[in-house]
Amino acid sequence: MPKNKKIVLSSAKVRSNEDLDKLKEISEENIFSCYQCGNCSAGCPAAEFMDEPPHKIIRLLQLGLIKEAMYANSSWICAACIYCTVECPRGVDIAKVMEALRQIALRKGVNHVNIDKLSEKILEKLPQIALISNFRKFTL
Amino acid sequence: MKISYYPGCTVKTSAKNLENSALPLLGMFDIQTEELDDWYCCGVTFSQSADNLMYQLAPIRTLVKAKESGNKRLLTLCDMCYNTLKRSSLVVKNDPEKQQTIRDFMYLEKTEFKGDEIEIIHILSLLREIGAEEIKKRISRKVNNLKVAPYYGCMILRPREIAIDSAEDPRLMENILNTLGIETVDYPFRSDCCTSYQIVNEPEIVKAHTKKIVNSIKKRGGDIIVLSCPLCHFNIDEIQKQIAEEDESFETIPVLYFTQLLALLVGIDPNVNDFSLHYIDPRPVLERKGLL
Repeated sequence: MPKNKKIVLSSAKVRSNEDLDKLKEISEENIFSCYQCGNCSAGCPAAEFMDEPPHKIIRLLQLGLIKEAMYANSSWICAACIYCTVECPRGVDIAKVMEALRQIALRKGVNHVNIDKLSEKILEKLPQIALISNFRKFTL
Repeated sequence: MKISYYPGCTVKTSAKNLENSALPLLGMFDIQTEELDDWYCCGVTFSQSADNLMYQLAPIRTLVKAKESGNKRLLTLCDMCYNTLKRSSLVVKNDPEKQQTIRDFMYLEKTEFKGDEIEIIHILSLLREIGAEEIKKRISRKVNNLKVAPYYGCMILRPREIAIDSAEDPRLMENILNTLGIETVDYPFRSDCCTSYQIVNEPEIVKAHTKKIVNSIKKRGGDIIVLSCPLCHFNIDEIQKQIAEEDESFETIPVLYFTQLLALLVGIDPNVNDFSLHYIDPRPVLERKGLL
């Protein structure tokens, strides 16, 4: 989220929000359990490369600001290492929330990685394990 | 003891030395591995979308094949395969509604799968079960002051319900190596993620992370890194070569599979290790330390 950008808070954004409902359905997680301790972000190996660290993504979602959460690159930087999930004292599976954010974007029809545009050099060099996991997370 | 074996895709290509070192090693301890007649790619990463069970089918079909094999246990060498197969089996076992949906979809397939018929076991768990004392009896090489840095990564430690050791302070590899009289390096990034599939489109993240891991090990005098995951292996091995090309002061550390190190220690033909598959050649260090 750009710095100093004003955000408008309203209960309506939390109560009636199609994408947020979708997120709950895909992740089966209760994001309102989170009390913002920040343990997830403290140990996340990729947080320094994210626009917003994991706990802030959860906060945005609690406020119904799913567009802002999706605008951040965070879910695309997440490597699904499950550290956040293991460390959460409230039992929120944050990795599942990140997956749901990716899925909502992918299901709108835009792949994050364009396989056709990957160079032949990369395709030849990388093992299947890297390519398949990447395509599984970043394409539909 | 007979055990079914699921190799997965990478073990049959760029990580052949993982298979070629692990299977003869198990053979020394009377464990006969029987590769499944038919197996499918596990999908590498476990699908975390609760509303789409399609991605669970490939790992479940492999587990069905394992059930049909008649053996109670299924061995995986790859951490990603272990994680995906194990988590998929738990989806079937713990969620009756999802189990039914999957069963309805697979109604034409003869064998039913309930999620608890097959024990999925990772190579490191199996080596722990064999026991360090048993392995010690087979040691035929004396090493000169070798300092080993075990690296666990994520997929065998997280989430907790599939972890083979403590997610925060794993000691499995250390316990085996220390019993064999080999010194291990204690460093803070042992169970950190290598940043995985980001290698495809965000290699800078992998690079930054690998630098942190390798420098931390170097500072503590580590000679080699040992691990079990082919993706961690590729990431940490290959990207070090790139870092070294960009920065002359960067000191590289060879990355070996844990089973490669054990195979060398117990005197299995060194050719199984196929060092041509490594980006950082481990041979100079291994020769210096008396392992080659």
